[in-house]
Amino acid sequence: MNTATLATPFPRPPATPHLRVLPGFRLTLGYTLTYLSLLVLIPLAAVFLKTAELSFSEFRDVVTAPRVVASYKLSFGMSLLAAAINAVFGLLLAWALVRYSFPGKKLIDALVDLPFALPTAVAGISLTALYAKNGWIGQFLEPLGIQVAFKPLGVLVALVFIGLPFVVRTVQPILEDLDTELEEAATSLGAQRGQAFRHVILPIVFPALLTGFALAFARAVGEYGSVIFIAGNLPMVSEITPLMIITKLEQYDYTGATAIATVMLLLSFTLLLAINGLQAWTAKSTGRDR
Amino acid sequence: MSGASTLRLGAAQAIGQTRFEARAATRETPLVKWLILGTALTFFAVFLLMPLIAVFVEALRKGWETYLSALIDPDALSALRLTLLAAAIALPLNLVFGVCAAWAIAKFEFRGKHFLITLIDLPFSVSPVIAGLIYVLVFGAQGWLGPWLAEQDVKIIFAVPGIVLATVFVTFPFVARELIPLMQAQGKEEEEAAVVLGASGLQTFWHVTLPNVKWGLLYGVILTNARAMGEFGAVSVVSGHIRGETNTLPLHVEILYNEYQFAAAFAVASLLALLALVTLGIKTWIEHRAAHAHHDLHEGQS
Repeated sequence: MNTATLATPFPRPPATPHLRVLPGFRLTLGYTLTYLSLLVLIPLAAVFLKTAELSFSEFRDVVTAPRVVASYKLSFGMSLLAAAINAVFGLLLAWALVRYSFPGKKLIDALVDLPFALPTAVAGISLTALYAKNGWIGQFLEPLGIQVAFKPLGVLVALVFIGLPFVVRTVQPILEDLDTELEEAATSLGAQRGQAFRHVILPIVFPALLTGFALAFARAVGEYGSVIFIAGNLPMVSEITPLMIITKLEQYDYTGATAIATVMLLLSFTLLLAINGLQAWTAKSTGRDR
Repeated sequence: MSGASTLRLGAAQAIGQTRFEARAATRETPLVKWLILGTALTFFAVFLLMPLIAVFVEALRKGWETYLSALIDPDALSALRLTLLAAAIALPLNLVFGVCAAWAIAKFEFRGKHFLITLIDLPFSVSPVIAGLIYVLVFGAQGWLGPWLAEQDVKIIFAVPGIVLATVFVTFPFVARELIPLMQAQGKEEEEAAVVLGASGLQTFWHVTLPNVKWGLLYGVILTNARAMGEFGAVSVVSGHIRGETNTLPLHVEILYNEYQFAAAFAVASLLALLALVTLGIKTWIEHRAAHAHHDLHEGQS
């Protein structure tokens, strides 16, 4: 059990009295705090301080401008949709990887992490080539009247790509740890396979699935590199929120860029808290917090 | 944010597959099984495999000559040098930080520990564009230190130091994230024994802690490296896109692509895709080694 707990964020350390035998506490903690403050906390604080230079009505005007609001709708809408698609297909893929043996399984298992490792710009141009009118996939969608590249649908495809490993890798260890006895008990009590899945497996997997969904969503909202090539970036139609920040920066509108960044940061922090809560719930419901 | 990217050392994998397929209660009917398998694998092929293959096919579309000339182009080479430089600086910085943070968090009790872990995770949940923006706000011409830096004739934004800073930010938590759970699971009895027997702190870390966490550390390092070399959004904001000077490989891909030099763009992209494949290969190898080490350890104990 002890190494299986690695997949959950941080197992609770054993309670020990405050007796320090080991050296280096002040040095390492001091260095950690200094480095963290200089590189992350102080620069991040700059966003809020810069935004504070705006009056509330100025701030409101920037972050509720029609073009910016259109970008929220696209970014949040497509991120939610992509995370939902990943939750369904990621669960199926994790299920197939845990329960079935088939040729090439090890290779597929390793390649699930590709979106983590592949630079986003590479993913971006590759997806654009695939879904362009004459691309491998685009040529089949074109006669059906479906256009993906340079349309909002392109944003969805890119976000599905980058979000998939989050769901698979969060759900997979929970499925691996399931005891066969649970389903055997369900079957011997007369449950159909579908019922056993719905009433026995799903409740155990659900917190992890929701965590994977939230992780995929959080990543998708901030994603930039893989999206901008395929999105087309038409104002009011296919501009994502991170692109709005870039656009403002290119016009030397630093306060405008920072105001939008503030909105995104607040959302990210909320999501981070929610994900922490979800992970605690996962740990509790699967007994992995011991 | 990185919950999904952490190393999996589960020994359950090896026995898992047969465990479920061997029993009637945990087996689906063949029809359901093939439906699930077919859907999952089709999804995998369309969304993950095809983008990967397309990179190499597009790169070689105009033949090997075009491919090679795109790679030995002076701008590509200078982009490669800058990418390697940024990774070479970011990696040791975040390695030292990760080890320090993991030591303080895993081996000692203090108030606010969970909050500190959340703060270390912050860079994962921040959009790469914002990661670039924050350094523009601090070091840019209109930023806090901008006027002072201009007086000293030091350029950070639209120059190499800005690229390094952005790279450090986006790869900030990787090593710490791998080490903290591993070192917490390990406990501190072994280290305490070493210290009581007279070892110094560094000796204890080197001979007792490090052998226990080496696989996680190595994985954190290759993840940091992959992300450092591949970062696009954050670097794009602070780079200024000066050819031959502040262009990294991913930015070079973008420039070539926007100039409609598709074959050249994909040729450079294929280098980065190879890097990704090597990273995944090393990851799989580490998981294999670590699972075996874990297995042997438990055999030895029982």
